[in-house]
Amino acid sequence: MAYVPLADQDDAHALHDPQSFVTKYIWSQDHKVIAIQYGGVAIFVGLIALGLSILMRLQLGFPDTVSWINPAFYYQAVTMHGMIMVIYLLTALFLGGFGNYLIPLMCGTRDMVFPFLNMLSFWFYLVSVIILLASFFVPGGPTGAGWTLYAPQSISHGTPGSEGGILLMLISLAVFIIAFTMGGLNYVTTILQARTRGLTLMRLPLSIWGIFTATVLGLFAFPALLVSAIMMGFDLVLGTSFFMPAMMELGAQNDHEGGSPILFQHLFWFFGHPEVYIVALPAFGLVSDVISTHARKNIFGYRMMVWAIIAIGGLSFMVWAHHMYVSGMNPYFGFFFATTTLVIAIPTALKVYNWVLTLWQGNIRLNTPMLFAIGFIFTFVHGGLTGLFLGNVVIDVPLADTYFVVAHFHMVMGVSPVLVLFAALYHWYPKVTGRMFNETIGKVHFWCTFLGTYAIYLPMHYLGFLGVPRRYYEMGNTDFIPETAQVLNANITLAAIFVATAQILFFINIFWSLKHGEKAGGNPWGATTLEWQTPDTPPKHGNWGDELPAVYRWAYDYSVPGMDKDFVPQNEPGEEYEKNAHHKGA
Amino acid sequence: MSHSSTVDASVSGSTAPAADGVTGFINDWSADKQTYHVPWGKAMMWIFLVSDTFIFSCFLVGYMTVRISTADPWPLATEVFALSFFGSDPIPLILIAIMTFVLITSSGTMALAVNYGYRKDKKKTVILMCATAALGATFVGMQMYEWSKLIGYGVRPWGNPWGADQFGSVFYMITGFHGLHVTGGVIYLLVVARKVWLGHYEKKGYEIVEITGLYWHFVDLVWVFIFAFFYLL
Repeated sequence: MAYVPLADQDDAHALHDPQSFVTKYIWSQDHKVIAIQYGGVAIFVGLIALGLSILMRLQLGFPDTVSWINPAFYYQAVTMHGMIMVIYLLTALFLGGFGNYLIPLMCGTRDMVFPFLNMLSFWFYLVSVIILLASFFVPGGPTGAGWTLYAPQSISHGTPGSEGGILLMLISLAVFIIAFTMGGLNYVTTILQARTRGLTLMRLPLSIWGIFTATVLGLFAFPALLVSAIMMGFDLVLGTSFFMPAMMELGAQNDHEGGSPILFQHLFWFFGHPEVYIVALPAFGLVSDVISTHARKNIFGYRMMVWAIIAIGGLSFMVWAHHMYVSGMNPYFGFFFATTTLVIAIPTALKVYNWVLTLWQGNIRLNTPMLFAIGFIFTFVHGGLTGLFLGNVVIDVPLADTYFVVAHFHMVMGVSPVLVLFAALYHWYPKVTGRMFNETIGKVHFWCTFLGTYAIYLPMHYLGFLGVPRRYYEMGNTDFIPETAQVLNANITLAAIFVATAQILFFINIFWSLKHGEKAGGNPWGATTLEWQTPDTPPKHGNWGDELPAVYRWAYDYSVPGMDKDFVPQNEPGEEYEKNAHHKGA
Repeated sequence: MSHSSTVDASVSGSTAPAADGVTGFINDWSADKQTYHVPWGKAMMWIFLVSDTFIFSCFLVGYMTVRISTADPWPLATEVFALSFFGSDPIPLILIAIMTFVLITSSGTMALAVNYGYRKDKKKTVILMCATAALGATFVGMQMYEWSKLIGYGVRPWGNPWGADQFGSVFYMITGFHGLHVTGGVIYLLVVARKVWLGHYEKKGYEIVEITGLYWHFVDLVWVFIFAFFYLL
């Protein structure tokens, strides 16, 4: 049955601009407002998680100087820091924030296909955040089971937060997954079904490819987390034994029998590993666009970049058990999962080469977004290479429970995506607000963050080699760790406090520039993608004025030979294109 | 659409004649504007159902794992799910056979409703949708009866008289989750049926009936797997 696509529908009459303050800014169905709401909440919880990490570092660097950081609080801080950063900050900001803002603009539509569902998505997300934060205020505090919530520890009596915190965590995750599903269905359907005229999939900017693939991963991976949250909740509330074995608990036999703790790990990591790429793929996409724009060169190997994103997305469902080499699962699995893990390095390395080759002989502008983007290449290569070590079973077994792993995943999925977030926030700031940020403060912010994170995480690799175990509140009597490790620990803490403090610069910059920044104009970077070609900046409700844009070329026509200016927007008709259309007598 | 005339016609896939097989697939995915020639709601429902498939798959894989890993014997389905009528010998799986029959029948009425929807036969569409909803509600009612029987036998999520504790846990969890899907589907059907009756889709078209049907058939299909894994194995 033929169905008229959006781009061919007569849509001018369909726009109803919201009138009141409430429908415009609070119960808004406009994807741009929802994006900012998502972004604001995500950054807010991210700051809480940042604060928790500083408290953890204070304990590790200067043991027992802060009297109220006790072991229970330390574990709660570890748990909440990890969970917030991975899910409530990175997933929400990349997909809820940038996904919402960029998908309709880059695809040339007026909004998401189901704006109401999109609005619900944000409000469910907000509820999940409130439930999560509420766990700080229940008796016993938030859960201290570690961010992976491994059973049986997570629901055993004696684990911090087993009174109520763990239940709130599980409920919050379930609500988050509902929110993500509503948003994610919108993102995928919008990208597949509502593109503008001339915009084929292979003309999409890589940002959209990254966000699209990550959303698909999310729709297939979050179900595993939902199911494990439901089963764990039943173990906790109803006394079932899905994950809980019979064991001694606080000196008494518990009420469970025959559960499988390793089942939880499998379910968790079947979600958890794709989750790494749910965070990484949008970062890959966004950084590709930032690099191409500021290098004034087309992205090197666009098609390969797209296929690499898809290949990484597919492979990410086949590597989950490399998180479980030391879990006691059948060792024969290790070989399979080590192989798939190393195979995933191929498309990933391909992307890194292509970013570098995009920079090669480019007309590089070293402004703030570009600095963050180049910084990302460094940290990502760094974290990726240590990932190759850890992907091998024999190397992982001795290193798995040490700071080497902490250093690895913070480099590869902590620092790297955050650097891309900053690159993207600076890059699209002029479009979102209509004003330029302060370049000098931005650059200072970059150097403090970039060098500071190296000061934090580089020494952690050495701590890992020394065998310093992770997730420990304090070291106690460990003969094999030299005294000097504590010097490193103290320095890491100082660097962490420095980096955290430096983020104030970012907030000063974006808030000050809201009022006092230079007017940006519609396309300050000379970028080709559609969002920079809107009639108004910031784009108004409906994005495109009376008529939707038409797309005539791919997203990367920078420095095309024989052109006057060094970029050609996607919606600019080219001579050969017009000739072609004329020739066909259209 | 004054602009569309200037766009390279070769990329306007949606206006090109539909092709079959691999060529059609490639045409669809290399087209501009839209990938599938279906309304948004239908595309979104398909994607949601794939996601929901992962949820049920995880549940069933979890069920298989705990059933394999538990040391206690698994209760015999033929004895647990047997029912006697008027003092007869217990007939194994009779209730579940009726329930499955009811649910499969409801898929038939749903398919008819979709067909009459596209023929714009409002009255028959509404009647058939209500019949589907009624069959769905019957299914849920019989499930409640089955649950109450099992609760009467002493089957609890944390234990039962016959064997592995996990029997009750997975049974209530998975049939409960499926029952919630059916209940949601009944409500969804009634809401859409009401809107059909009020003529909301006269102009927009009756795709929504088919979209509701997709969800309904999915719930039925899931039941087939649950039926096989719980009652037959």
